[in-house]
Amino acid sequence: MQKLTPLKESPSQTAGPYVHIGCVPNFCGITGVYDQDLGSTMVNDQTKGERITVTGTVFDGTGTPLKDALVEIWQADTDGIYKTGDPRGAGDPNFTGWGRAAGDYDTGIWTFETIKPGAVPFPDGRMMAPHIAFWIVARGINIGLQTRIYFPNDPMVANDPWLTRIEHQNRVQTLIAKEASPATFQFDIHLQGPDETIFFDV
Amino acid sequence: MSDGPLFHRDRTWHPKPLSPDYKTSVVRSPQKALLSMNTTLSEETGPVFAHDMLGELDNDLILNFAKPGEMALGQRIIVHGRVLDENGRGVPGALLEFWQANAGGRYRHAKEGYLAPLDPNFGGCGRTITDADGQYSFRTIKPGAYPWPNGVNDWRPAHIHFSVFGRSFGQRLITQMYFEGDPLIPLCPIVRTISDPEAVAQLIAPLDMNNTVPMDARAYTFDIVLRGRRSTMFENRMEGN
Ligand SMILES: [Fe+2]
Repeated sequence: MQKLTPLKESPSQTAGPYVHIGCVPNFCGITGVYDQDLGSTMVNDQTKGERITVTGTVFDGTGTPLKDALVEIWQADTDGIYKTGDPRGAGDPNFTGWGRAAGDYDTGIWTFETIKPGAVPFPDGRMMAPHIAFWIVARGINIGLQTRIYFPNDPMVANDPWLTRIEHQNRVQTLIAKEASPATFQFDIHLQGPDETIFFDV
Repeated sequence: MSDGPLFHRDRTWHPKPLSPDYKTSVVRSPQKALLSMNTTLSEETGPVFAHDMLGELDNDLILNFAKPGEMALGQRIIVHGRVLDENGRGVPGALLEFWQANAGGRYRHAKEGYLAPLDPNFGGCGRTITDADGQYSFRTIKPGAYPWPNGVNDWRPAHIHFSVFGRSFGQRLITQMYFEGDPLIPLCPIVRTISDPEAVAQLIAPLDMNNTVPMDARAYTFDIVLRGRRSTMFENRMEGN
């Protein structure tokens, strides 16, 4: 018999407590190597769409904020097109679609200044409600955690083809941000506990 | 035939999220099962980084933080390899970011408390982007081993942290590279979060004498594999599928 010879994905290892050095060196005081930290700016004054702030905190199983987490987000532009890799075309040239933020050393709070994404199709062609993909790494997290944030009061959420696949529908609310003030969405991530955020193997 | 969904991750090959001997993982690992999904555009697309964003010294940790005319202290090494996907295809344009302790095992970080001294000429970060073939290389010094608060006498083997972007946000990966022959590797609780010895071996870079620069720097080879993608031949994408 012939042999299948796929390679194995390199195993993950924790980002550790010093992830800032590699990913946001200016944030941690290593200046002069890179002009600015990658992912710190997603929009400029030409970016199309509704400006929003997305902010939150990652909590461990004791309810303590993680002060050493690094959060990355990836989202479509206001028309629902991804900046790069999207077979439907190129996204808004004034929007990066990708952001990276470290939690504050004292509070653990991270913040993104971005725009509200448009809806993106599911593989079968139905539309997914506007959402932002999240990837979270930190000391003690052995493989990056993947989740998604959706927006409150969005009528598309009820029929979202991704969310409706979730067996425990009472957990879906862990993926829905709260509008803390106009255009500011709070999305706290709970690694454990009764409010544990849904994480995906995707 | 075009690129389709990402291969599913083999979670038995990756470290277990809950690894009690790595104590911090106990309160930071999800307790509910991850929800398995097939990838969508949100995971299959991803940010792309242009070569022109790189500074001249971004891939030279010996010089990129050093004062003019000075160099970082330590054993000079070159780390090089390829970024591939599980289909064995090189991944061009992959951004790699790396960070490490200095030759004495000390990180340049406010929360670092090890008594080994900082090197005024070493910052500890670098980055590069793979070429058309998926190849990359950078120059640095060999990091020192260091103790860390977990058990009372746990030491990290010498290692370099890597953050990797492929073409898809779903390929996002952070890992660590270890050095051939380091006796601390099998003792390390973070290494031991990975249960398959073959998977650990995939993170150990061999000494590469062929690419060593005589009288200058030894080379270590470290290939990185990212998730592959299915071809879309005969892909049924029915409503509700
Ligand atoms: Fe480290």
